[in-house]
Amino acid sequence: MGLVTLTLGTTPMATEPFAPESVADHGHLPRIRLAVSRPMPLDCGVMLSDFPVAYQTYGTLNADRSNAILLCHALTGDQYVIGGNPVTGKPGWWEIMVGPGRPIDTDRFFVICSNVLGGCMGTVGPMDPDPATGRPYGINFPVITIGDMVRAQKLLVESLGIEQLFCVIGGSMGGMQVLQWASSYPEAVFAAVPIATAPRHSAQNIAFGEVGRQAIMADPEWCGGAYLLSGRRPEAGLAVARMAAHITYLSETALHRKFGRNLQDRPAFTYGFDADFQVESYLRYQGSAFVDRFDANSYLYITRAMDYFDLAAEHGGVLPRAFLHDGRATPVRFCVISFSSDWLFPTTVSREIVHGLNAVAANVSFVEVTTDKGHDAFLLDEPELHQVMHGFLDGCAAHRGLPRRRWAPR
Amino acid sequence: MIGRLDPTGPSAAVPHRPPHRSDPPIRTDLKLIADMIEPGARVLDVGCGDGTLLAYLVHTKGVDGRGLELSMDGVKFCVNHGLSVIQGDADTDLKDYPSDAFDYVILSQTLQAMRAPREVLLDLVRIGRRAVVSLPNFGNWRIRLWLLAMGRMPITQRLGYQWWNTPNIHLCTITDFVTLCREVGIRIEDTVILDRSDRIRGHGAGALSNLIAEQAVFLLRRC
Repeated sequence: MGLVTLTLGTTPMATEPFAPESVADHGHLPRIRLAVSRPMPLDCGVMLSDFPVAYQTYGTLNADRSNAILLCHALTGDQYVIGGNPVTGKPGWWEIMVGPGRPIDTDRFFVICSNVLGGCMGTVGPMDPDPATGRPYGINFPVITIGDMVRAQKLLVESLGIEQLFCVIGGSMGGMQVLQWASSYPEAVFAAVPIATAPRHSAQNIAFGEVGRQAIMADPEWCGGAYLLSGRRPEAGLAVARMAAHITYLSETALHRKFGRNLQDRPAFTYGFDADFQVESYLRYQGSAFVDRFDANSYLYITRAMDYFDLAAEHGGVLPRAFLHDGRATPVRFCVISFSSDWLFPTTVSREIVHGLNAVAANVSFVEVTTDKGHDAFLLDEPELHQVMHGFLDGCAAHRGLPRRRWAPR
Repeated sequence: MIGRLDPTGPSAAVPHRPPHRSDPPIRTDLKLIADMIEPGARVLDVGCGDGTLLAYLVHTKGVDGRGLELSMDGVKFCVNHGLSVIQGDADTDLKDYPSDAFDYVILSQTLQAMRAPREVLLDLVRIGRRAVVSLPNFGNWRIRLWLLAMGRMPITQRLGYQWWNTPNIHLCTITDFVTLCREVGIRIEDTVILDRSDRIRGHGAGALSNLIAEQAVFLLRRC
């Protein structure tokens, strides 16, 4: 984890050092205040100014600042990629992919990951105090979009003195951010790896998001979103939301392989509604572990941001136009990756991205990784994924004039 | 590698090593194709297999090279070694590409495996300013003799399949190919014929070529 020296006041939207006393410090450092001198417009029309973004960096930025990789985290991810998560006490979410000698090699690359706008790990979100009232925003926090998240990340990257990212990488909602980055700032991205993602949220995925939100809002502890004021938390609702979502991250095969119809610590049915089955017990555990680290309102806001994502709609309904830059094919080199058993963001949807890129003759690689682990596969030990990531990054490094390195799978 | 003819037959595995500049020279027919490509050109290799030709073009000619390959194993091998390759089917996916997107589109030993070779051929010359197409020649005297003598579908060193398991569903002769090009308005700028040892035996697409060529490489463009 290397702290970088911030260049202050040199970017269009200048930044200032974070003053811990001005906002509740969640212990998530480093944090930076963005849009201090010029507000950042949100897609909903609200102007957001002087807001904190928490981030982590790993590795060292090289002299010409050309080796920076931005990782975009998924719905319930955070900025703690490797080296452990201080909130959960567990490993970071991508220890297997990122680190010295890993495919995203921190000996070669300067890796940045920031908590998304609307999050609950140090970046401004519904938990933070509304400057107008001094009380937590709750559902008075403006509705944010994937575009807004990326706009904030762009400010962060600029404030770190980086003009062009070597690569932007992310899975699921992180992949949406990758697509948005490449589309909005093609000159600021050399390469892009959208993994297990989509150019728009499907009706089915919006439906799953709505189930989660309704579970939260149906919990009386939610208090119309103002639960922090009364010291309450809609834990039951948030846990159910997580349980429902977690099913969509797995595959039927993986669930069957892991649990089958096995019973949980008992020889027979109890003829009641305890967690008789292992799969029930597992889901309940997933739900209860999640509420310890995540804010219910953040969950509402971030799932909403995914629902609103539709890259083609921003370009007259024509996806290839999202990949044009000054009327020509985007200069960004893409590697689109999907997983064969992912039914939340299936390969057919990744193929739509590829077809959109082909339609402007963009530079694109596309691989479907064969696995039975479902959507979650991008976070797991998938040797094919790791080989492709290394191969693509190494090829791009050669084109970018960065040193190449042979890599041996562990 | 379905959709790509391989001299070692259907069980041929993808090699476990990247092509490299210090490697021994590539197959004559691939070298011949590479010689037709201008340095620094934009190139799409359709049915690029394990990326041997594409890597050769990128490393030795500095081309902006892309690949399209049906077999996911082939795609992964290519991407793992830094080549820009997508998994896709030439029969359905070429229509996505805009016109004149590339200087050259290569279709090496693949046209005979297409469901609609005529449409694929038209897409090649639409997407590329030029197309390079190599084909096994079914007009070769050995094949003619085999059919005459045995009365069975020919199996050759290069076409090592039975009639019931071959991916090569649209085989043709040099004369057939020349006729098709004339009918759809494609100009043949050069034809190079190779014998069974991949030696270059000359240029031209006449009756003698059709008899002696084991395979042919055509340089094409729209009329």
